[in-house]
Order: sequence, then C-alpha cells, then structure tokens
Amino acid sequence: MIEVSHLSKKYGNFLAVHDVSFSVGSGEIVGFLGPNGAGKSTIMNIITGYLSLSEGEVKIDGFDITRDPEKAKKRIGYLPEIPPLYPDMKVKEYLNFLFDLKRVKMPRAAHIDEIMEITGLKTHQNRLIKNLSKGYRQRVGLGGALIGNPDVLILDEPTVGLDPKQIIEIRSLIKRLGENHTVIISSHILSEIQAVCEKVIIINGGHLVAKGNITELSESLSADKTVSLCAVCDKAALKTALENIPGAEKVEEKPEKTKGACRFVITPKSGEDIRSAVFDAVVSLGGKILELSANAVTLEQIFLLLTENAENADAISMLKTTNKKEDETDDGDI
Amino acid sequence: MTAIFKREFKSYFLNPIGYIVLAVNFFFLSVYFTYLYSLGSAAIEDVIASMHFIQVFTMPVITMRLFSDERKHKTDQVLFTAPVKLSGIVLGKFFAAFCLYALCLSPTLIFEIIILSHVKISILPYLYSLLGSLLLGGALISIGMFISSLTESVVIAAVMTLITDIIVLFANSFAMLFGNDTLSNILSKIAFVDVASRFSVQVFSIPDVVYFLSIIAAFLFLSVRSIDRKRWA
Repeated sequence: MIEVSHLSKKYGNFLAVHDVSFSVGSGEIVGFLGPNGAGKSTIMNIITGYLSLSEGEVKIDGFDITRDPEKAKKRIGYLPEIPPLYPDMKVKEYLNFLFDLKRVKMPRAAHIDEIMEITGLKTHQNRLIKNLSKGYRQRVGLGGALIGNPDVLILDEPTVGLDPKQIIEIRSLIKRLGENHTVIISSHILSEIQAVCEKVIIINGGHLVAKGNITELSESLSADKTVSLCAVCDKAALKTALENIPGAEKVEEKPEKTKGACRFVITPKSGEDIRSAVFDAVVSLGGKILELSANAVTLEQIFLLLTENAENADAISMLKTTNKKEDETDDGDI
Repeated sequence: MTAIFKREFKSYFLNPIGYIVLAVNFFFLSVYFTYLYSLGSAAIEDVIASMHFIQVFTMPVITMRLFSDERKHKTDQVLFTAPVKLSGIVLGKFFAAFCLYALCLSPTLIFEIIILSHVKISILPYLYSLLGSLLLGGALISIGMFISSLTESVVIAAVMTLITDIIVLFANSFAMLFGNDTLSNILSKIAFVDVASRFSVQVFSIPDVVYFLSIIAAFLFLSVRSIDRKRWA
C-alpha cells in the first residue's frame, strides 16, 4: 500500500533523511519510532505530499506522490503533529470544510455524523475549535484525517495531550481502524506502539536503523536470552544443580529481597531453551519456584540500543544483517 | 477551489477584519458621495477614483492573512495534503479576497441608482470606472497574496503590502515630486492609479485591461511558485 524507496531529503546542506526504504502492506499497523529530530515527521510529511523529496520515490497504492499527487493524496488521511485546525471554525463546520476540500463523494450528513460518533465529538460539534481542550483538538484532527474514509492513515503522535482514558479510547479506535486501513503511527510512547502495532520502523538521525516485527526484532537482539529464576531452595545446592544443566553456559547469583529465597540469572548456550531444565533442577532439590522468566528484550531496550548508536554500532550492524535476511525472504515487505 | 473560497470568504466575517474593511470603505464612499452630491455633480466615477487612496490601507488588511496565517497555524498542512492543486488553493483565496473587495464597492451601485433617478446620464462612465477599480483591486490583491505567501508573520505581510501598494499605486506622483519628467512619463503609463483613472475618464483601452489582467496572472503564478518552493526548501 505504501512504498518508500531510497527516500532522501535535504534542507540546504543538511541531510534530514538519508536513503530510507520500506513498504507497508495493506491493512498493517506500523509504528514509527525514533528520538526527537530523527526525521519521523519529515518522512511523514513527504509521504503525505506536504514536503517534496530530494531523492527517491513514494508510492501510495501504486500512485507516485510527486507525479500523481492528487490520486495519491486522495488515499491518505493525515494527522500532523500539530492538528491543522482553524481556530475560528466550529467542529462540525471544520469537518464539513474538509469534506468539501477532499471532494468526498459520500452522503455528507451520514459520513460526518459517523466520524463525530467514533471520535466522540458529537457533544462538541457546535463548539468553536479555539475553545476546545488539547485532547478534543486532537480528536478533531483525527476526525479530519478520517474524512473520506481514506485507505491509508498517517498519524503523527495521535495520543499526545490526551488523558489516560482518551488514550485508551484512541488506541482501541486505531486498532479498529487498522482492520480495514493501513496505518502508520509515530509515537514516543513505546508501550503505545507495542500495544497497537505489530511492526515497527526505527529511524535515527535520518537513517533507517531497523524495521520488522516487534517480536522478531527483540529475538534477533537477544541472541543469548537469559533466564531469571527466583526460588526457595538451598542456595549452594541449587547453584551446582543449575551449573550442571547441559544447556547452561553461565550461572550468576543476584541479590533477592524475599526472605529465604535466592535469585539466579542463567545464560544458556546460544539458541537453547533451558527453562524446563531449570524447573526440573529446582524440583529435584525439593525447592519451590517463585518466579521463572525468560528475559526477552523489550521495545524500550531495542529503541535505546538502536538509537544510542555510538556505543551500539555492533548491535545495529547485527540487526542490519538480520534485516537483510528478512528482506531476502519476504521480498522487502516488513 | 470552491471549498477554499467559501471558507476564506466566511473567515473574513468570523473575525472583525471583514467588517472593519467594509465599514471603512462604506464610510469614505458615503463621505465622498455626499460631498459630490452637495456640489451637484453626478460623476460617481469620481467617487470610485477617490477610493483608490483608501485601498492603500484596506488592501493589506484584506490580503495579509491569506497565506501567512496558514503557515503560522500550520493549517497549510491540511490544504497541501488534500487532493487539490496548488493553483486551486491560490485561486480560491484570490476570489475570496476579490469578492470582499467587490462588496466594498457595492454601495456605488446604490449611488448610481440615486443619480439615475434624478438625471438622465450615460451609465457607461460608471461601469468603466467600476471595471477599472475592480481590475486595480484584483492586481493589488494578487500582489498582497504573493507577499503573504513569503512570510509567516501577518504583520510583516501587512507592512510589506502597504509599502508595495503605495509604490505601485503612486509611482508617478513620486516621480513628479522629484521633477523627473522622463520617468514621470513612463510611470504615468504603468502606475496603478494613473491606469485606473483612465477608465474613469471613459477611455476604455484594451491594453489597460490586459495590463491589469497580466499583473494579476503574474502574481497568482508567483504565489503558486512561492508556495511550491517552500515544499522544496
């Protein structure tokens, strides 16, 4: 649905986006991550045709955004970082204006009613936009993006300024929209991306540093997934037992607050799942397991690892090779 | 284009700008007309010609917000990501401003009716000068819109437009002030007030119409280019 290939954007001599390529399939919800100033908004502005591109190509549903802008734009609903609202208009008036501007061919009243319903704007339809709170402005912006029911939704930090209840509502709304729309969301809130998206694209310093499924990314980064164990057991005996597990490479003792319990972190030999062996070891000593978990890398860790690039050049290069392999297998489609 | 035209025209009356512009124009039109009437003159074209001086102050107010405000509030994002051509956006805004300007001149229609009810005179001088005034207004609007597309600041747009309008309207008078006859002769051909005044003395010349129309077209084109350039910057 969205194909971005070798996209670059220069501001004078400053290279804001450098050779970014990705594609998003129909009906996918993709998270767009990156620290401030990474180029997320620039890329989104280019995809939606607000900014031009210096090099590369952007296609929406097969239509090039530079050569066929009207057809491409017709398929996009865009909520920019700051919702583009006219403060002197009323909510319903603004939605009607967008309906005319986008030349939507749908029954007007029913469509606008439906959008106000799903964004929860019904009660505020006759309020002036300048008198609305930030959360409601965000909703009006989202409603504006939904006008004309475009196939692609591009949402730049859609939950900023919303209260927790609204955040949950908007998230579930985005999830519902994802069933029949292609959605790209950017956000700083990693848990939000994790809650809504299956796939992520991570941008840093104008470069694409990672793209792919969240679980695959975390797996590819945690080549040696450690196992954390907290058990009530004889400490010395348990340590020996753990060390004797064939798949275990290293056993480390960690401090534990619970009285009478001890904690170990076991590093397995690469690729081996030793959780059941650890369980057996504790049981064989007559101990009781309080906690047993495999330490998968969280999205936060992926993000930090990939964006603090100076120290983690190795991790990035490792990820890039994994991505290349992925690209070869699934034809570049993340 | 229609959506932008409607929104833009309406927005003049969502804040005091539209009302202020209309009030100023109506006030001076009425003053001039009353004065003329008291002199026993029936030349509404003189009223219209006198109004060109007022436009120096009302034009910047009409055009200053057209694009600078959009950029400041980032509402241009909604316009430029909508499936509309840039020329459609520019034309929509131009016609909205133009209609407000035309509305400013509407009382002259009533004046003309009043005059015609008293004396039998030709309506042509009035129509010519109205045409001249509308063309002059269109040219000033397109220039003001172009200036507005250059900056994010409404105030800078207004001041720049004011200065530019003074120059293009009264270039000839400045040349005469400095006693430069050759320059004055050239400028009398192109200074807006001089060109428009030729309409009110019932000299209908195609070149003058073409002159204003080409200025309008040129600055509409420049506005489109100026907006497009921002996308590439």
